[in-house]
Amino acid sequence: MKHTLSVVVENQPGVLTRVATLFRRRGYNIDSLTVGRTENPNISRMTIVVDGDDVIIEQVTKQLHKLVEILKIYDITEEPTVDRELALVKVRADSQIRGEIMQIVEVFRARIVDIGRNSLIIEATGDENKINAIEDSLRPFGILELVRTGKVAMLRGAK
Amino acid sequence: MKLKGAEVLIRCLKEEGVDVIFGYPGGVVLPIYDALYSSDIKHVLVRHEQGAAHAADAYARVTGKVGVCLSTSGPGATNLVTGIANAYMDSVPMVAFTGQVPTGLIGRDAFQEADITGITLPITKHNFLVKKGQDLVRTIKEAFHIARTNRPGPVVVDLPRDIMAGDMDFNGYPNEVGLKGYRVVRNCNMGQVLLAVETIQKAERPVIYAGGGVIGSDASELLQELAIKMKIPVATTLMGIGCFPETHYLSLGMLGMHGTRYANYAVSEADLLIAVGVRFDDRVTGKISSFAPHAKVIHIDIDAAEIGKNFGVDIPIVGNVKQVLEEIVPRLQPCEQFTEWHRTIDRWKEEFPLTYSESHEEGRIKPQYVVEQIYYATQGHAIITTEVGQNQMWAAQFYKFTQPRTFITSGGLGTMGFGLPAAIGAKIGRPDMTVIDIAGDGSIQMNIQELCTAVEQRLPIIICILNNHFLGMVRQWQELFYGGRYSYTDISVQPDFVKLAESYGAIGIRVKDYQDVMPVLQEALTVTDRPVLLDFWVEREANVFPMVPPGESLYNMLGGDEE
Ligand SMILES: Cc1cc2nc3c(=O)[nH]c(=O)nc-3n(C[C@H](O)[C@H](O)[C@H](O)COP(=O)(O)OP(=O)(O)OC[C@H]3O[C@@H](n4cnc5c(N)ncnc54)[C@H](O)[C@@H]3O)c2cc1C
Ligand SMILES: Cc1ncc(C[n+]2csc(CCOP(=O)(O)OP(=O)(O)O)c2C)c(N)n1
Repeated sequence: MKHTLSVVVENQPGVLTRVATLFRRRGYNIDSLTVGRTENPNISRMTIVVDGDDVIIEQVTKQLHKLVEILKIYDITEEPTVDRELALVKVRADSQIRGEIMQIVEVFRARIVDIGRNSLIIEATGDENKINAIEDSLRPFGILELVRTGKVAMLRGAK
Repeated sequence: MKLKGAEVLIRCLKEEGVDVIFGYPGGVVLPIYDALYSSDIKHVLVRHEQGAAHAADAYARVTGKVGVCLSTSGPGATNLVTGIANAYMDSVPMVAFTGQVPTGLIGRDAFQEADITGITLPITKHNFLVKKGQDLVRTIKEAFHIARTNRPGPVVVDLPRDIMAGDMDFNGYPNEVGLKGYRVVRNCNMGQVLLAVETIQKAERPVIYAGGGVIGSDASELLQELAIKMKIPVATTLMGIGCFPETHYLSLGMLGMHGTRYANYAVSEADLLIAVGVRFDDRVTGKISSFAPHAKVIHIDIDAAEIGKNFGVDIPIVGNVKQVLEEIVPRLQPCEQFTEWHRTIDRWKEEFPLTYSESHEEGRIKPQYVVEQIYYATQGHAIITTEVGQNQMWAAQFYKFTQPRTFITSGGLGTMGFGLPAAIGAKIGRPDMTVIDIAGDGSIQMNIQELCTAVEQRLPIIICILNNHFLGMVRQWQELFYGGRYSYTDISVQPDFVKLAESYGAIGIRVKDYQDVMPVLQEALTVTDRPVLLDFWVEREANVFPMVPPGESLYNMLGGDEE
């Protein structure tokens, strides 16, 4: 099962390498990993989606805790969260089918951010399912390029 | 106060109580060596950086202090790597300082640049690259703190040349560390402690499984108190040897692959296993699904990640062994009587003792006999270091250890070449003790250059090579599991070890007759100013028994049941 870990780390060079090395060395599977600054410039937040059973997730968490620069780890898989991912999708789009693509964009509340002669770039944000869905809907038109950021997440409420 | 970075480093080391550094110089550490020249910290010049790391490692194991080694950048630093990995696997507190090219050149493939913090990432507890002079003091403080606290381990501090050569302000050494993400484990869960007490009190067939964590936390006396008060038999891991006197009637010796039959049977039949400072290594458990099948398991470990890593336990207690035992032991009602369990174990001990056949062939001695004679010659009072292989296992089996920090061996990494530099580190740490390296003819050649270090330091260490002219342990596996096809394990082509010793300025003696073993050992023990190398020619194809074949359960042991 996929777990989402929200990991608060000191903003130091090398933290990302340490985390990545740990996953590689112990053979855990990272599904996605994002890292970025927070309201505090000394602190970054990683959102790691990792695949594994409960025993593995427990090990991942405990091993991560041993890294000196890691401050806090929350397993937010079961918690009420807001999570978002951003995707940029370049699709083949000549003038006949543009209308159809625009409709899809509309439905998913995505945006067109670039128009080329035979292609469009679409920007979509949403949870993982929504991004999967928009990807599936655009595929028949011919996806030329696609990039997804991986998930960022935050607990709901005041915690 | 303005000082050079290297001078600040030396000051900080003195504040940490460092009195010896094992090292080897080079270009980028010239400023550090210049500062050492006028310092009263002892520097031991090794002949290969791997030797420095192992010596610092063993120094730490015998003294309980943090071991310190130093190398130059690039090849100097990479030569330390095996030694760092060794300390990591055996949880030894060590700080390794490496020189680095000047900060302005980092990342440009400068002369002798190696990314040592990158290389050692997975084999250190933590590592640092000091990029600014102002971070130096804090970094050293943190490095020692991390190395010695919680589960100990090696820390690398990479020091660019310009920072060592440049001036900086020094305003004293801090008392506190400010590591937000690293907390020292100070408490343990009392609910779990009480549960453990209740479970121990009720157990009918308890066994203690004690390891390196007991020795590292200086809890051997408490462990003995627990065992004796409750009359619980004690099996130790290879790393736990010495935490319980092997001469005591409750001792089961070592368990695991080359453990005693009675230790392995006891664990297999126990209804309670008290695992203290151990990590359920595969060399111990054999086939994990049939390890301690009838037992409830209490596991005391300071590293939460060890709980459940290899083996699911019933009562985990995260905490320092010493502290946890201090809570548990006084709460127990002493056990007054011997039971059927003790009688069962006594029967196993009688039926399956550790033995070997004493018929020596012409010109070849039984290796086990040599180890026994070392035990008698030193009256059980010595520090024994080992190389890796059969020599190591026979040392573990046939020398009866009674004190913690006296058996110094490479357990987790199994590093051939560990024993000789370890003997140097041990002797420097404990000059009052006799120090003997029990070696194999293969392993000893991996760091033989350190004989020169021992000669220079005038260290009367004794190297006992159990010379079977084979890579014995590998040959044993080939005999047992590969149909006797001795693929590249015959090392009959080898130096004349006696002449080799002499050429270094040490004493060398060859022994081929078992009757000479004791007299030669006694002679070696009288030497006070230089190393002695004893080249014992032992039976070529002797095997280490008993043995749990790889992947088998502890019940299925080979050997040790005849005679
Ligand atoms: C050729 C060869 C054969 C071997 N055969 C055997 C064999 O037959 N039997 C055997 O036992 N080993 C054998 N070994 C060694 C084996 O590989 C392991 O190194 C060893 O079993 C590990 O010992 P340990 O469990 O005591 O753990 P260690 O490696 O000593 O680890 C210590 C544990 O204690 C914990 N700890 C540390 N400090 C504290 C503290 N203050 N408080 C609480 N917990 C703490 C640590 O977190 C860790 O989990 C062999 C090795 C070689 C090279
Ligand atoms: C550096 C290193 N290389 C290879 C091995 C694999 N290995 C384990 S035991 C052994 C044989 C050791 O031979 P020797 O030192 O002669 O000791 P013996 O087993 O004969 O006592 C080897 C090659 C190892 N443990 N370490």
